[in-house]
Amino acid sequence: MSEEYRFIGRSTRRKDAMEVVTGATRYLNDVKFADLLHGKVLRSPHPHAVIKTIDKSRAEQLPGVKAVLTWEDIPDWKAGTPRILRVLDRKVRYVGDAVALVAATTEEIARQACGLIQVEYELLPAVFDVEEAMKPDAPQLYDELPGNIVTPGTPAFGPNSLKEVVMGDVEQGFREADVIAEGTFGYENIPNPIPPEPPGAVAIWEQPNRVELWVSNQASYLDKILMFHVFGKKVEVRTHGLACGGSFGTKIMSWPVQTYATLLSRATGRPVKVVFSKEEHIAAFVLRPGSRMQARVGMKRDGTVTAVSGRWLVDTGYYSSTTQAQVAVGCGEIQLMTRCANWDLRTDIVCTNRNASGCVRGFGGQELKCSFIPLLCQAMEQIGLDPVAFIKKNYVKSGDGYFWRDGAWYIYRGIDYSEAMERGAEQFRWQEKWQGWLQPSSVTGTKRRGIGVGVHGNADIGEDSSEAWVRLNPDGTALLYSCITEHGTGQRSNYVKMVAEVLQLPMERVFITPADSLINPFEYGPFGSRGTYAIGSAAIAAAEDARRQILELVAPRLNAKPEELETVDGVIFVRDNPEKRVKWGAMGYDRTVMGYGRFDPDFTLANCMTTFVEVEVDTETGKVDLLHVVNATDVGQIIDPPGLEGQLNGCLGSSGIDSALFEETIFDSSSGHILNANMIDYKWRTFSELPAIDNVVMETAVASHRFKAIGVGEVATSPGPMAILMAVSNAIGVWLHEYPATPERVLKALAQSRTGGAA
Amino acid sequence: MAAKKTRQARKAKCISFLVNDRPVELEIGSLPHQVETSHTLAHTLRETLGLTGTKVTCDNGACGTCTVLLDGTAVLSCMTLTVECHGRSIISIEGLADSTTGQLDPLQQSFIDHTAFQCGFCTPGMILSAKALLNDNPSPREEEVKEALSGNFCRCISHYQVLRAVMAVAERGAGNV
Repeated sequence: MSEEYRFIGRSTRRKDAMEVVTGATRYLNDVKFADLLHGKVLRSPHPHAVIKTIDKSRAEQLPGVKAVLTWEDIPDWKAGTPRILRVLDRKVRYVGDAVALVAATTEEIARQACGLIQVEYELLPAVFDVEEAMKPDAPQLYDELPGNIVTPGTPAFGPNSLKEVVMGDVEQGFREADVIAEGTFGYENIPNPIPPEPPGAVAIWEQPNRVELWVSNQASYLDKILMFHVFGKKVEVRTHGLACGGSFGTKIMSWPVQTYATLLSRATGRPVKVVFSKEEHIAAFVLRPGSRMQARVGMKRDGTVTAVSGRWLVDTGYYSSTTQAQVAVGCGEIQLMTRCANWDLRTDIVCTNRNASGCVRGFGGQELKCSFIPLLCQAMEQIGLDPVAFIKKNYVKSGDGYFWRDGAWYIYRGIDYSEAMERGAEQFRWQEKWQGWLQPSSVTGTKRRGIGVGVHGNADIGEDSSEAWVRLNPDGTALLYSCITEHGTGQRSNYVKMVAEVLQLPMERVFITPADSLINPFEYGPFGSRGTYAIGSAAIAAAEDARRQILELVAPRLNAKPEELETVDGVIFVRDNPEKRVKWGAMGYDRTVMGYGRFDPDFTLANCMTTFVEVEVDTETGKVDLLHVVNATDVGQIIDPPGLEGQLNGCLGSSGIDSALFEETIFDSSSGHILNANMIDYKWRTFSELPAIDNVVMETAVASHRFKAIGVGEVATSPGPMAILMAVSNAIGVWLHEYPATPERVLKALAQSRTGGAA
Repeated sequence: MAAKKTRQARKAKCISFLVNDRPVELEIGSLPHQVETSHTLAHTLRETLGLTGTKVTCDNGACGTCTVLLDGTAVLSCMTLTVECHGRSIISIEGLADSTTGQLDPLQQSFIDHTAFQCGFCTPGMILSAKALLNDNPSPREEEVKEALSGNFCRCISHYQVLRAVMAVAERGAGNV
């Protein structure tokens, strides 16, 4: 059971609630700048071409145009991992690639000017499929990447960055197996998280080498570091992280828009804003990586996995920045959900001529498991094993080891999630509904119901570093310095809550700095589910340090030792003699107390999310309705109940569960164009189609920080898609392996099942 | 010079409407303070009048984020031309609280009490869509609330908490204007 706290675990009002409901929250586009220019991007209509000539003279002559930049006009700034992608290049590599940048006094003039730029292209053959791209005669995107294979590993995770899972003896493992399943499975519908607020940035360049950026990103301090590197380590960067209207990982890849604004400000000497249109957002920003797995798995009758071998092919689009990191984390996560001694799982990241994949909620693990679990299902079907029994048996247990993203071996010291899985199954009434593989749970006329389950967890909850300061003021208030933007998780409020609990100070008297990289200490940002443990630990440690200092400071005045003192509501008193007391003001009006906290990475804990789904398939129309979702998890200690509920309900959106039902990016592989780059043709779930969601949340103390809590925000989207394919397959009695389960695919599968084939 | 400007201003056609119960008169023209005939209401509210509480997501009538009230009815301000609003009354999120007491509308308070938002970008539109429903039907059933909000896009999935927030007001019958 969780402990009783004054603030932690209680529903408290979000610090920004009043601003949100009155429209006063300032997102990027709401900030006013004097003399602001507007930037627009001319984009390539071709998937692969060399720019022969660009004539920008007509655009430059249009009144109101202040700068037109092409690849010839800019410094040799490069992005990507490895750093081979020039910000504007002579070559374009996807439909939507940036060809020229325009700054003008209005958006409309900038848009018109883009239309006046004359570009002559030499068209090159393009490639859109990972396996085609790896063939010897395939079009080559970069001289530096022979065979279109992206250099594996990422410097961010060190020299041994995880690139594959290789251990034990797979041949021996397959000999020990009772059943072997084999095949190719994919999660390649490249769904788009589409946060409502588009990507954007405002830049103010200051000669000779400074830039101040206003950004929309979940991790604004990191932009300072990423952009420093894009700018060839020659530009000093300051970032202001504004309220972020959704990110779901994607806006971590904001370097293009930030670079465009910077280049245009540098060229004009004025502030420049670049905000992507929704079409650019969908067709020229970040997609999920495409995932295809050709693999073989051996299993014993009791669900023990004896061997996994194969190849994971990852389509990263026209370049990679974080994909190697996603592969590293995905390779770690697959071990968390599969306790297996023998592995030979290799990976390749491949460039193709479509817009880039990158950082998205689920970060590699969702993509891999959405391919891997359908394979496991083939083995489970052969031995008639209940998938809930499988995941309970196979999810990491205390003492198990795994290779994590840096290539090092870690021993898990966290909690056992079997009980959360069982409670979830009970809430879902799994036992009652499970009729075996490819069996519907019920049939009423043309309506067939089926159930499925998925699991996902991540040791990223303790990844990367965070720093914080907590300043105590003589007026009995505290200020947390933590470079955190609010992107929807409510974590800015939650860190305030943690500091309030340590200091026993009402939340109304604890404040948090704006996410300005100039004034705050280092903060990696809320990646993955690291917010609660990693960032929270730094805030807690800073508050504890500040508390210790103020008690030491006033102890002589109370004729007591610091350890005999308590502080509540800005008053310090002797624990055994509360009449002996002074206010924080006793520190003196001319003094503040500053505490420091830091978190260093810890990969020995992991979170876990299990998602159960029930669907109803109409066999006449092929439509799949999602009826019921149960998310089951254990968070150690709930910090904020409504905030947690929001994160768990998020399982549907941001290319989560619905990426298995109807969400997909429709890519025309003859022209390289995305055909549904608008919010009418890109389908999203409305209020009218909400399923029932039950969230089963346990609180088993975890050895993390003083509140024994861990985060689960990121992983809510990940188990659902694979559960949906399982549920639809069970409902219709035939395997469906392609995402999403559209009416067309369902009807095709049903037709094939009637003629005896497989889908 | 000043006299010339004045003459021009007299010549310019004007449109007038109420925004959050305050009269607004704008010239039609292409100067920064004027309204072009192509300007959407969303643009005018945000860029000309500085009322940035109205957010824009798709700018194409698909997502409901930019919803405001036009004579009490929910409209998409990105699909409404400003010149169409002559003589009409617009309420944006900034105008929902009581202008004299500053007291929040019961819906706004309920959104706070139920933490009916995550990133908050869709929230003004959600609140105004719900407000239009309650103006029309102070005690809707949950299915009617879902229908009224079905044009409002939210990617964080605040839907469940939004429904609770709206139903809490609906059940009190406090949605009457």
